[in-house]
Amino acid sequence: MSHTLVHIALLLVMPPLLLGVIGKTKALFAGRIGPPVLQPYYDIGKLFRKGSVFSTTTTWVFRAGPVVGLATALLAGMLIPFGGHSAPLSFNGDMILFAYLFALGRFFTASAALDTGSAFEGMGAAREVTFSCLAEPALFFGFLVLAKLSASLSLNTMLDGAFPLGAGAAAPSLVLVASSLFIVLLVENCRIPFDDPNTHLELTMIHEVMVLDHSGPAFGMILYGAAIKLFVMGAVLLRVVAPFEMSNPWADWGLFIGGMLALAVLIGVVESMMARFRMVFIPTFLVAACLLSAFGVILLLR
Amino acid sequence: MNEWLIILGIALHAISGVPGLFYPGHDCRGQQISVRLAVAGSVTGMAGALWSLWSVPAAGAVLRVDGLAVIFLLPVFLVPALGSIYGLEYWSQTAHPHNGRKLRLFYGLVTAALAAVAVAANTILFLISWEVMALSAFFLVTTEDEDRAVREAGWLYLVTTHLSTLCLFALFALMRVATGSYALGPLPATLAGTGTVTALFVLAVLAFGCKAGLMPMHIWLPSAHAMTPSHVSALMSGVLIKIGIYGLIRITSWLPDPPVWWGGLLLVLGGVSGVLGVVMALGQHDLKRLLAYHSIENIGIIVMGVGLALVGRSLNCVEWVVLGMAGALLHVWNHGLFKALLFLSAGAVIHGTHSRDMDHMGGLARVMPFTALFFAVGAIAICGLPPLNGFVSELLIYLGAFRSMGIGQAMSWSGAAFVAPVLALIGALALACFVKAFGAVFLGTARSRHCEHAHEVGRTMRGPMLVLTLLCLFIGLAPMAVAPVLDQGISAWFPAGTATVPGLATLAPLGWVSLGSLTLVVLLGLAGLGWARRISHGGAASGVTWDCGYAAPSARMQYTASSFAQILGGLFAWIQRPRVSRPGVEAVFLGRTSFKSHVPDIMLDVILKPAFRLGAKALASLRFIQAGNIHAYLFYIVMFLMALLLWR
Repeated sequence: MSHTLVHIALLLVMPPLLLGVIGKTKALFAGRIGPPVLQPYYDIGKLFRKGSVFSTTTTWVFRAGPVVGLATALLAGMLIPFGGHSAPLSFNGDMILFAYLFALGRFFTASAALDTGSAFEGMGAAREVTFSCLAEPALFFGFLVLAKLSASLSLNTMLDGAFPLGAGAAAPSLVLVASSLFIVLLVENCRIPFDDPNTHLELTMIHEVMVLDHSGPAFGMILYGAAIKLFVMGAVLLRVVAPFEMSNPWADWGLFIGGMLALAVLIGVVESMMARFRMVFIPTFLVAACLLSAFGVILLLR
Repeated sequence: MNEWLIILGIALHAISGVPGLFYPGHDCRGQQISVRLAVAGSVTGMAGALWSLWSVPAAGAVLRVDGLAVIFLLPVFLVPALGSIYGLEYWSQTAHPHNGRKLRLFYGLVTAALAAVAVAANTILFLISWEVMALSAFFLVTTEDEDRAVREAGWLYLVTTHLSTLCLFALFALMRVATGSYALGPLPATLAGTGTVTALFVLAVLAFGCKAGLMPMHIWLPSAHAMTPSHVSALMSGVLIKIGIYGLIRITSWLPDPPVWWGGLLLVLGGVSGVLGVVMALGQHDLKRLLAYHSIENIGIIVMGVGLALVGRSLNCVEWVVLGMAGALLHVWNHGLFKALLFLSAGAVIHGTHSRDMDHMGGLARVMPFTALFFAVGAIAICGLPPLNGFVSELLIYLGAFRSMGIGQAMSWSGAAFVAPVLALIGALALACFVKAFGAVFLGTARSRHCEHAHEVGRTMRGPMLVLTLLCLFIGLAPMAVAPVLDQGISAWFPAGTATVPGLATLAPLGWVSLGSLTLVVLLGLAGLGWARRISHGGAASGVTWDCGYAAPSARMQYTASSFAQILGGLFAWIQRPRVSRPGVEAVFLGRTSFKSHVPDIMLDVILKPAFRLGAKALASLRFIQAGNIHAYLFYIVMFLMALLLWR
């Protein structure tokens, strides 16, 4: 029970920290001091205290977008095991609910963008739904590999690091799936080299351009929801790459937090080392991600 | 007793349009009588069907009411009743004095014939009902026969439906030869592995695939769905094409010892239908054509479920049978509900705006808030998103696909595992397509004057949509309530091992799905309430859309349905083959110019029509045989018969 509470607390509190760490890493690489690690918390807090402006063209769909995005990300976070601790909600087929919750969030954020009647936001919505068409199959190929390796249909056992087939048979597929999941994570969370979360008013953005018209608490919810999405997908990737466990359950939490921070640093390093790709190349990379995990499945078929 | 209730329901539907024929054109009393008869017929029919669930399955010489029949009877009775109530306002006799009576006559007949097909226990009754259904649907498609495009859609439908009937005649003739009786039922096990059984399977796929709109036999479906009044489209898409699935499921259950490639073939056909259906939908500008292509996509999902179950039967893997068949049967219901809902709300949009072109709509959520809500629910359900019903049936098929990798059991047939990424691709594409449709029609600002002055539809049109919305929500939140019915359907399909077939509830986490969906609804409710309080207290200001500092955004600057689908269209241009006329830049200051794009049907326009033109040209030299002279034809017949006699 106490571990469930820790799970919920981490899910609610920790996500903006990852954004802070990514920002700090990028600042260090650029030779700047950068904003404090806790800056995302200040930003979200400030946004929640502000008033809102709604465009006269908008309807309930625009107001529902941020709420649905946040609620689906939170519920998805309850389905993922954090470190060595199992998820509060777990059943056969929970990975399908996990993927479809994010899809529900996407339906509403993209619809909310179209509700403003702005060409920019239409552009962003079109890009968001387009790229996820290629990211979803990659994710499900990855799930197939994990399910086959662990002989289970629930994320708890899929991600527990025990492989009945033997680590030797599992390793090649896992490497492929991990790289595929990393690409999907970067695309879905609008990170460089696929999208740049720091620019505004660019014709080349995906996610940021969808939320141009959101203000105040609505924008705060969007930032917070995006942070949770990064955190949750990062937790999946972490368990695929490093399914380590300690003997002490409380030390496991420490290991998990450390692992997530390391992942944030890694993302920061990738963002500092690479330039953003041109928009036309993003589908190519996503198809590559699909193929990587599809090969992961094929390696397991015999 | 329950059979008599079903027969009464069928009879009431069959006669529901008749009294209206005796009233003059502008008199609406005939319509009111027909709606009452249809509703009464549906209530008795559904009562009979539900009653059958608790009684011993009856298989007489004429009627068979078992679990499978009940599963198909329920939507067959539900959707037309809602459709005819909806028709009171949408297609009222006073507004359509010329074709209203005809429409209701055939609306009742097609419903009665569909129900009769679902319970027919011999080939004669099956074929008669099938033909009544097919012909009544032709008259429904050609309701507005003064329009040339409508007539063309009607002819195309008539030709394809008769191709399907032709295959059915061959199918039943072969069955008669093989079994020696006209009764429909399991074939003797001695036939297993013979060429006859293979021929029966192929004929069934052709005949029923054609009716169901399975690619590549789908050519009649888009135009027939787009050109009809919307409550007829709802009936056709929600119920009529499912009778093809019914036939396929029935025949596959009767053929002994299916080889694995049957299921494999259905998986491939289903996957192709699913992906191509949604890709073609992405290219459409016509709201109803878009929905029609989504019917092809959903038929593909259903057929994948049937294929999985068939593979499971070949390899003796009951888990796949249960999950695949339950997913397919539940998706038959779900698609009947949400597609009917979508077509009815599309009808409400057309009623309000007098247009089907999405690129001319926009901003309707402000003037038609209820319709917008209903369409949104239908869109979320058809994308298979929680907490609605589409998610449950797709989850079952996903689970079956994951299990086919050999998870949770010894047997594996990994080819079926590829169903999972294909379903994921279909789901994501469907989401893109429905964000496009919902956004272009209901969100933003109006792109035409018709849309600005549109009005919300009345209660008689909203009522049926509300019922469908609530049913979508109910199956999504409480899937375990329908599990026993699905179990009966599965054991009717797979009677051989009824004793060992595990219940759906033991294989699928229905309780957890329900818990997850309820949690989602509660979370959304709480967050939404807090947010609404915050908006009302926090002093929300309103202004013009920011649009990156541009102060005078206009409706024409919005992303249209076409521009929204442009990137995806680019990725799938090799399938869509769009015909685009793009203006070139000729002067420094451009004058008025226009852009046109049209996505032709991949089978009909890209393959079949050119092939037929080529064939007509090649065979033109033989045209002298067709002299149009009856003596010449009689002469041919005599010569042909003589040749046959000499040959034997």
